[in-house]
Amino acid sequence: MASLVQPVDWTALTPVIVPAALAVAVLVADLFLPQGRKPLLGWVTAAGLAAAALTVIPLRDGHRTTFCQPETGGGCSYAADHFTLVVQVLVLGGAALTALLSINTREKIPAGEYWFLLLSSAAGAALLPASRDLATLIVALEVTTLPAFALVGLRRDDRLAGEAALKFFLTSVTATAVSLLGISFVYAATGTLQLTAVAEGLTHTPDQLHTLARAGVALTLVGFAFKLAVAPFQFWVPDTYAGAPLPVAAYLSVVGKAAGFSGLILVTVVAFRPYAHVWGPAIGVLAALTMTVGNVGALRQRPDVPRGAVRLLAWSSIGQAGYLLVPMAAAGSADDPAHEIGTTVAYALMYAVVNLGAFAVVALVERTAPHSRLTDYRGLYASRPAAALALAFFLLCLAGLPPGVIGLFAKVAVFSSAVGAQHGWLAVIMAVNVVIALVYYLRWTALLFTAAPEPAVAADADTGAGAGAAAVRTPAGLGLAVAVTAVAGVALSGAPQLILRYAQGALL
Amino acid sequence: MNDTALQYVLAAIVVLPLLGAVGALLPPPPGLRGRGPDQAVLRHGVTVTGAVLVLSVVLAAGFDHDHPATMQASTDLNWIPALRIHLHLGIDGISLPLLVLTALLTFLCALYSYFHLPAGGSAKSFVALLLLLEGGTLATFSVLDLMLFFLAFETVLIPMYFLIARWGGGDRERSALRFIVYTLLGSVIMLLGLLLIGVKAGTFDMVTLATDNGSHLSHSTQLIAVLAIGLGLAVKAPMWPLHSWLPDAHTAAPTVGSVLLAGVLLKMGTYGLVRIVLPDTPGGIQTFAPYLAAFAVVGIIYGSLACLALARRGNGGDLKRLIAYSSVGHMGFVLLGIASLNPTGVNGALFANIAHGLITGLLFFLVGAIKDRYGSSDLDQLAGRGGAALYGRAPRLGGLLAFAAVASLGLPGLAGFWGEMLAMFGAFKPGADLSRPAYLTFTALAAFGTLLTAGYLLTVVRRVCMGDRETSELQPALADVKAYEFAAWTPLAALTVLAGLWPAALLGLTEPAVRSLLGGH
Repeated sequence: MASLVQPVDWTALTPVIVPAALAVAVLVADLFLPQGRKPLLGWVTAAGLAAAALTVIPLRDGHRTTFCQPETGGGCSYAADHFTLVVQVLVLGGAALTALLSINTREKIPAGEYWFLLLSSAAGAALLPASRDLATLIVALEVTTLPAFALVGLRRDDRLAGEAALKFFLTSVTATAVSLLGISFVYAATGTLQLTAVAEGLTHTPDQLHTLARAGVALTLVGFAFKLAVAPFQFWVPDTYAGAPLPVAAYLSVVGKAAGFSGLILVTVVAFRPYAHVWGPAIGVLAALTMTVGNVGALRQRPDVPRGAVRLLAWSSIGQAGYLLVPMAAAGSADDPAHEIGTTVAYALMYAVVNLGAFAVVALVERTAPHSRLTDYRGLYASRPAAALALAFFLLCLAGLPPGVIGLFAKVAVFSSAVGAQHGWLAVIMAVNVVIALVYYLRWTALLFTAAPEPAVAADADTGAGAGAAAVRTPAGLGLAVAVTAVAGVALSGAPQLILRYAQGALL
Repeated sequence: MNDTALQYVLAAIVVLPLLGAVGALLPPPPGLRGRGPDQAVLRHGVTVTGAVLVLSVVLAAGFDHDHPATMQASTDLNWIPALRIHLHLGIDGISLPLLVLTALLTFLCALYSYFHLPAGGSAKSFVALLLLLEGGTLATFSVLDLMLFFLAFETVLIPMYFLIARWGGGDRERSALRFIVYTLLGSVIMLLGLLLIGVKAGTFDMVTLATDNGSHLSHSTQLIAVLAIGLGLAVKAPMWPLHSWLPDAHTAAPTVGSVLLAGVLLKMGTYGLVRIVLPDTPGGIQTFAPYLAAFAVVGIIYGSLACLALARRGNGGDLKRLIAYSSVGHMGFVLLGIASLNPTGVNGALFANIAHGLITGLLFFLVGAIKDRYGSSDLDQLAGRGGAALYGRAPRLGGLLAFAAVASLGLPGLAGFWGEMLAMFGAFKPGADLSRPAYLTFTALAAFGTLLTAGYLLTVVRRVCMGDRETSELQPALADVKAYEFAAWTPLAALTVLAGLWPAALLGLTEPAVRSLLGGH
């Protein structure tokens, strides 16, 4: 052994280090800031996350690797390739938008801890796509989710939040345990944790270890399926989202999902590639099941339940997760799996922008209608035309109908990967799901433009005009978040190539 | 005019309504405020649709009528290289008439709404939706890329949904939802077929695919593609038994919505069959043509029988519903013409497309006017026991209704005649390798369908236009056709006569284009 000291390429690590360092800095700064200046922490967090997302620019040629073990021939544990960079931009950008959503939240949340947890989780999510060995992968996954439990339960004196956090915690810990068991089996069978080496090892496992290797692969995937809320492991999502503070729900639906997906992609496409004929069809079945369960759940959502809007978005995020799995199922039977997963990444980028946008408008509406029922959106166009138009645009993007052109073409890309990989049955199931999803997205959209027939409320508004006016004012953070996502959505609709180019070339 | 100028004209025709839709949502600029916000935005709608109509007439004038089979005014830009999607626009003799028809009908609708805005929502959103709808339909008829065709096909759904759900009557929200769910299900299945063609042939370009004539596609691929695409287009057309969204949608829609739905939106389905299915997958449609023809004929008979039932006294038939069912019958002729797979039949289908757009557009306008005056379009309430005596109470309105009805039943000399006759001629002598006896049966049944059509339309004329003397002198007097109504309806009536007397004007455009599209048969 030549040397125990490895050279570390710190530049490649910046997208991970910036949020991690900022997390500590914010936690310390919280101790010294007077109560009135606490919102400053939020702006610092948002700016820091946006800056971290920008640090990928110097890395954009995508050749850097670090934590390598050249002498043992084991490859590198950290790779800043194109896949990593795109997912890092996605999670850091998503976290920055979440921070914007959180700045003006009215919920009683301890500021310093909140920002610290958010930043730590974002650091984990940024590390995850870059990890190239199973140990780093699991550590990154846990760094992403552990702070998230706390974020979900952070709301004080709220029974729902506690229950949501507990549910989330138990599912997640089970998932990790199952994954770890699977990984240990894989390690036993192949003798390595490096993803590429695992792929190599799985091709010539000794006969007596064959069953062990297979069981390991299956258990690892089940663990990830738990994490991703893939059906039939989706039951915790609606309650967790509804119980969590709204920005945290937004964060889980975008950054949490993105982290989980990048992990699943790395595990399947890189490490378990020799078993593609097994996991390909399995993921196909899971995709079909997930999208159907999610969309039917959303369809059954009654408009008058409290926090109905968040619940609907929670169910719809399960449905969307099903679409994200489709190209991965196609990757299982494709000659070049790395090519197909680009479609998943492109879809995830579209989904991140419009879903965060939808959450931003929901956060805005929640300020005046704290119950956040779907019926509270009746006549939103009359009171807040810009917010209503933005929400309508986001929902139509999620549904995949013009004028949400980017949503339409992202779905077309997913469909085309399914058709190209001879998964016609999956494409047909997805087609039916798109129609089911349209019904609930459109119902909500239609509600925005229906005239609000509530004269009694109008009379009340006269007496409390001052308070009403204050509530209607749009806080800067939320306004900025809606504006950024809306502009991004419209720009992408005009030039879908901006993100669909990832569906074209191999990222990994 | 040279081709570069035409390119810009065509691009402007597609883009202008979309920009206009955005413009309608913004506050009017100073100097264009008009008499009030509603008036200003309605005027904006008339201006934009008028400009589009003028541009489309310019396009028709500049079109090289000696070579209608070649794509003209084409623009080809690379838009989304990742999905191989090009911004490819262009027109030939098949799309040009549909483009002009769309521009005309939308302009007339905007004009009609300027004076008579249906109750329901704000004028602003009405105009924006109308323009978005126009942009989507115009794009459908002028794009030459399969994915763009799908995009344009989908663009019309949202505006039509809101036009029905907000400005409609009766059971409007359910009808609107039904409309959009049916059509979306069809069009998503269609997307799968389009993707299959694109993936197997390696291109989404319609011109390339049409010249290849399916030579790069295996027979089984063609079968699946035709089944998927055909299903989507058949929902839109609509083909029996996938028509069941149509009567509800028409009954609930406001007048303007019905006119555009029948006049333009249904044509997107048949246009897609002619533009995509016939040339791109000739082998597949060869197999499915007899089934398509059979369904088309069932649609003709079924539509007419439904109309006869609705027209009978005591059945409480709704006049709008009746015309909606008559559309199912008329579109059956169009589908029969396409399914004959020979130039005569396809030309007839394209002619019937235009004729149906003109005549049914006019009929829906008239029925809308009757509904406004009587407050109901229930035939029994209108006609009572003896008849509504519209000839006596509002002679011009009654005369126009009778005119539109006889045009619709296919009186020689009017537009309705040529299309249906040519479609039946085509089916009488179908393309090579199609079962002649089967098609003869279809032709005979379709001919019987024309009799039934005449039966119900004449019943309607008798019950609505005629009546006894007391009814005709009832007070208060019924308002006859107003000036703005004349303005909106006269072009349709005039074109109906023109197309009936001079069919060569249209057939000369479509004939060469159809021959080149049918090259693979």
